[in-house]
Amino acid sequence: MSDSESGTPGAQSPLSRRSVLKGLAGAAGLAVVPGALLEACSSSKKTVSTPSSAAPAATTSAAAAPSSAAAAPSSAAAAPSSASGGGGGAATGTISFGSNYSDAVPKAAFAAMIGGFTSANSNAKVTINTVDHNTFQNNINNYLQGTPDDLFTWFAGFRMRFFASQGLATPIDDVWDKIGANFSDAFKAASKGDDGHYYFVPLYNYPWAVFYRKSVWAAKGYQIPTTWDAFVALQKQMQKDGLVPMAMGQKDGWPALGTFDIINMRLNGFQFHMDLMAHKVGWDDPKVLAVFKQWTEILPYQQAGANGRIWQDAAKTLLNKQAGMYLLGSFVAQQFTAAPDLADLDFFPYPAIDPANAQDSIDAPIDGFMMSKKVKNKDGATALLEYIGTAQAEALYGKTDPSDIAAATNADTSTYNPIQQKSVEIIKSSKNIAQFLDRDTNPDFADNTVAAMIQSFFNAPTQVASQLKALEGQAKTVFTS
Amino acid sequence: MLSAGDKVVLSLMVFIPLAIVLFFVWFPALATVFLSFTTWSGIGGLKAIHADGIQNYHQIATNYPPFVPALEHNVLWLVVFIVFATPLGILIAVLLDQKIRGSRIYQSLIFLPVMLSLALIGIIWELMYSNNYGLINSLIGRNGQTNFIDWLGNPKLNIWAVLVEASWRQVGYVMVLYLAGLKAVDPTLREAATVDGATPWQTFWRVVFPVLRPINVIIVVITVIESLRAFDLVYITNGGTNGLELLSVLVTRNILGQQSRIGFGSSLGVVLLVIALVPIITFLVQQLREEKRR
Repeated sequence: MSDSESGTPGAQSPLSRRSVLKGLAGAAGLAVVPGALLEACSSSKKTVSTPSSAAPAATTSAAAAPSSAAAAPSSAAAAPSSASGGGGGAATGTISFGSNYSDAVPKAAFAAMIGGFTSANSNAKVTINTVDHNTFQNNINNYLQGTPDDLFTWFAGFRMRFFASQGLATPIDDVWDKIGANFSDAFKAASKGDDGHYYFVPLYNYPWAVFYRKSVWAAKGYQIPTTWDAFVALQKQMQKDGLVPMAMGQKDGWPALGTFDIINMRLNGFQFHMDLMAHKVGWDDPKVLAVFKQWTEILPYQQAGANGRIWQDAAKTLLNKQAGMYLLGSFVAQQFTAAPDLADLDFFPYPAIDPANAQDSIDAPIDGFMMSKKVKNKDGATALLEYIGTAQAEALYGKTDPSDIAAATNADTSTYNPIQQKSVEIIKSSKNIAQFLDRDTNPDFADNTVAAMIQSFFNAPTQVASQLKALEGQAKTVFTS
Repeated sequence: MLSAGDKVVLSLMVFIPLAIVLFFVWFPALATVFLSFTTWSGIGGLKAIHADGIQNYHQIATNYPPFVPALEHNVLWLVVFIVFATPLGILIAVLLDQKIRGSRIYQSLIFLPVMLSLALIGIIWELMYSNNYGLINSLIGRNGQTNFIDWLGNPKLNIWAVLVEASWRQVGYVMVLYLAGLKAVDPTLREAATVDGATPWQTFWRVVFPVLRPINVIIVVITVIESLRAFDLVYITNGGTNGLELLSVLVTRNILGQQSRIGFGSSLGVVLLVIALVPIITFLVQQLREEKRR
């Protein structure tokens, strides 16, 4: 039996509307005052205004940018690292550092590296403002035009050069006069803007390569392929043996871009790849079609249902010995949490396709730092960058973060695990280093349009020519200048 | 008569919310319409805006492949909610309104998804739909490397998979609202109908349903709102690509992020606004007509 409504409110109640309003006003006032006090004495500084949409921040748990694995979305927090020790360095004042190293391991490694600076320069103080990884990247436009920190974390590639050409970063040729000797030519080239000046100091990078489990290969007697034909024959054999020859997880859109990059660099050469990234050649170029035709040869051996699988699940397939190989960045090692599994992991460079290009190129995205245009403490920031660009400082970072390798040439590699040591060799031996497609070209275009095109390629490989034509039509609207 | 103090309070109570609505709702909406006729990357301040005429709309119509699928999916979302999720919620509400054992428990269970955020619902169902490790594929025995059903990767299947998730939540929402309305129905009406020899079906449609007119209006409004608002689920699942395009995702894709095409995103927003205006105007016209009648 349903209850009928009670009597009309307000008629007999002791509370009149007026007193309720007064009470609400008083309560609101009480809430504001302590809030204001808390705000003033809180040490957390939000230097980046985040949009109120929670969905993009929440996606960090499902989809990760290449340089960080599964992370709980962390709200903006700051860890002011206070000066300690009695070093007599020349830097003074407070240097603010905007950082997107929000995951636990990179955050700790970064703090350790900065700690080395503050202990050598007791008059300087570095304030690190950490923002959630993806939020920082999404807000970078507003951040740099608003009130940016003196220094900020960023990546080499298209966006870095874009900021430089828009006048949002300070050229740091003076820093490179001191640290230039510590870096190879490939890193020097990646740190320059379009005008030839330096804008970027590299911290670490990591290679994209083909990963496999040594025990599985030893049991089945597989050999590392160095030519395309051997590669295809190997995958055919793996399929006969009941393994998934090549794992693939393309739900997030970006993982398969690595495969496109490497096939393009092997087939058409590094210079063509860079021209394509800068949109000097179009996506409907016959050479690009040739890349996809090459890919179609190995598509039958690629893990089915890639468009519905996240890369972590694809890595799990490799971990569970159900897949023979997986082309991914070295951060795949983070999925191999048990020590024996990690010891069993190994990698090799993608096989050569055109002997003229051999295996001279590799995707090895570089993370590092830039100085904003509105830098307040230029001398301090310059000193900090000069410190970071040394082998010792970068080794301090590498000691705590085991998945990347320092960019400085002579950084101490004694603490590196086998994957890291092999990464050093493969990057050293590569003549050309690309940054990965979504850093070498317009990132939105890469992660939305190119990624979608590759997903439709997986769904309908025979229609790749029309898909590329449509992609070029989209590219023309994005690269308008 | 109102005292001076009353007048001050009244004007504050009217003008402060009015200012807030103007600033946070009307100004951005008008700015969006204005920006949809420009090209702007968000960098370089307001002087970097340059007018473009209807270029953005031209591009949407001729050179933007995700647009038509997004439009279809938005319409599909609305249709599925109106035809499936909302009627199911009403049915469950009617069933649970009767004195059956455990009706409170059923109500709580069905309402549970409404309390979860949509992002969380997306993540939960992503685990359920996972190709090789998900609950659904494991239960039906198709979670091997070659025989799995690709719920979220197959562009023909995944929109339906996501609509199941959305309906899971919408059913509970509608059920609770309708139950509240049903509880307020005068029991004598039902008794009178039974005495007159009406079947339960006739009782509901001829007696109860017309009485619940205000609740029905609310249900229609929230159904339309929830379906036009759809964003979180597809964004969490795969970022709104490969069969899960929606207009709201297309807007954010062009505006948020590292290289903003604010003019183009605004024009997509205006398209969504125009679509949303259709039910809004219908609703307002009906309300005004009613008031005239009264």
